Amino acid sequence: MNSRTISLLQAPSIVLLFLWMVIPLSMTIYFSTIRFNLLYPERTGFIGLSNYEFFITDPGFVSAVINTLVLVLSVLVVTVVLGLALAVLVNFSFRGRGIVRVLLISPFFIMPTVNALLWKNMFMNPVYGLFSVIFSFFGLEPLDWLANFPLGSIVIMLSWQWTPFAFLIFMTSLQSQNPEHLEAAELDGANAWQKFRHMTVPHLNRSIAVVIMIQTIFHLSIFAEIFVTTGGGPGFSSTNMAFLIFSQALLQFDAGVASAGGVFAIILANIVAIFLIRLVGKTLVV
Amino acid sequence: MGLSVKQKHLLRVILSWFAGIIMFFPIFWVVLTSFKTELQAISVPPLLFFEPTLENFILVQERSDYFTYAINSVITSFGATLLALLIAVPGAYAMAFWPSRFTKDILLWMLSTKMLPAVGVLMPIYLLVQKAGLLDTRTALVIIFAMINLPIIVWMLFSYFKEVPREILESARMDGATTIEEITRVLLPLTKGGILSTALLSIVLCWNEAFWSINLTASDAGTLTALVASYSSPEGLFWAKLSAVSTLACAPIVVFGWFCQKQLVQGLTFGAVK
Repeated sequence: MNSRTISLLQAPSIVLLFLWMVIPLSMTIYFSTIRFNLLYPERTGFIGLSNYEFFITDPGFVSAVINTLVLVLSVLVVTVVLGLALAVLVNFSFRGRGIVRVLLISPFFIMPTVNALLWKNMFMNPVYGLFSVIFSFFGLEPLDWLANFPLGSIVIMLSWQWTPFAFLIFMTSLQSQNPEHLEAAELDGANAWQKFRHMTVPHLNRSIAVVIMIQTIFHLSIFAEIFVTTGGGPGFSSTNMAFLIFSQALLQFDAGVASAGGVFAIILANIVAIFLIRLVGKTLVV
Repeated sequence: MGLSVKQKHLLRVILSWFAGIIMFFPIFWVVLTSFKTELQAISVPPLLFFEPTLENFILVQERSDYFTYAINSVITSFGATLLALLIAVPGAYAMAFWPSRFTKDILLWMLSTKMLPAVGVLMPIYLLVQKAGLLDTRTALVIIFAMINLPIIVWMLFSYFKEVPREILESARMDGATTIEEITRVLLPLTKGGILSTALLSIVLCWNEAFWSINLTASDAGTLTALVASYSSPEGLFWAKLSAVSTLACAPIVVFGWFCQKQLVQGLTFGAVK
């Protein structure tokens, strides 16, 4: 096949993605250097880096960067560990295995908005929530989860949704592990932990990379869960990058500052991406 | 410890069921709450047994026509998935069988575009959609959803296609098949499982996409995520109604997921994660 056909076949996906990235990105960069407040359309003109200065000096900026990273990291740790544990746990044949699998996977299909609202109302509500009911039953003081542990609460919601994804990928991968190798190791005197550490984990290498990559992509810009539960608060304690920009753009109507924030978010995402690709990228594309 | 093999097995079965029930419990609880009255929904201690009512579903349907939103969700998620597959299949084919020294970098670049936070480009996209006269249309959502999922779809297809031995495609070419025939008659049937599981994942992600559907649609093209969001705004204890709308919004995709999970698992097994 000649190289023109090859390029022609790839062109649509590459060109479209490039346009999808580059057009909005250049507009964002342009907006970030002008006065652009939706409430004061008469104020226009180039203002250099003031929008950036304004965004960086926002009292929420530092916590937004930290919260974004903490959120991604904690959800990754929880989902990978839990997903792995569950996948290993149900990796044997028993009656009703299909049903247990369906039960374990289901949360992944739930909408983020529904996920957030159901935890906020029915579990974490300080008066009527199930957690409070359980706490009172054991004679403990009920907690106001979203007020006292806003970021932790969001980690719980995200982990509930994404553990099934990790579980699904790990379970699939475990099924392709050759049981004879494990038996051979057992005959050689390996205990359960040794088998897990030196055979199962290396076997799962690639799927762990997949889980980390895809989840990081989604968690870097978590928005809906914060929007419908804590609204970024109390203070800035659960504001991440995406939410800080949103509050600039839609609550304060300052598209210029929001665009400067967008540029920062993109830079942050790229830093994370470089680390990630170094860490897992190689296993992903071979 | 002195557990026999049989006891160990039983313990593991019990633990597995326990884990499954715990994970599923929140969903069960929402569905249960949707059949309660508002007063029963917030009763302490929580009610497990009560006389079920359909009142919430009726009220939700009266306030906003569920089916309009459901149809929008179906059209946008299936339409976007189809569009993205049409764009991705030729690209992934070329990358898998005719890789250049840039192919790896191109794939990683594609994945990295997914890391751009949507909120960073909200303003430009909103203005572009508005200029094109596509605000509150399904067309806009189909295009945007397709672009959002394209990187993951290309990458998954690439890993499935790579599993197909080159010789099979080469022999088809020897027999005089054109590139299009080679793809549609040889490659696609061989990778059916992988393509299906890619499509399933994409449909689920589109169905649950909230950011763009909330920001770009209103009454005409609103999807179920937008419908749910419209119930979240008024502060107050309307848990039963919220549960009813949540049940209605999630049921189609959860049931769809149950039916397709075997396919999803099979597809994943020989491709991306092996």
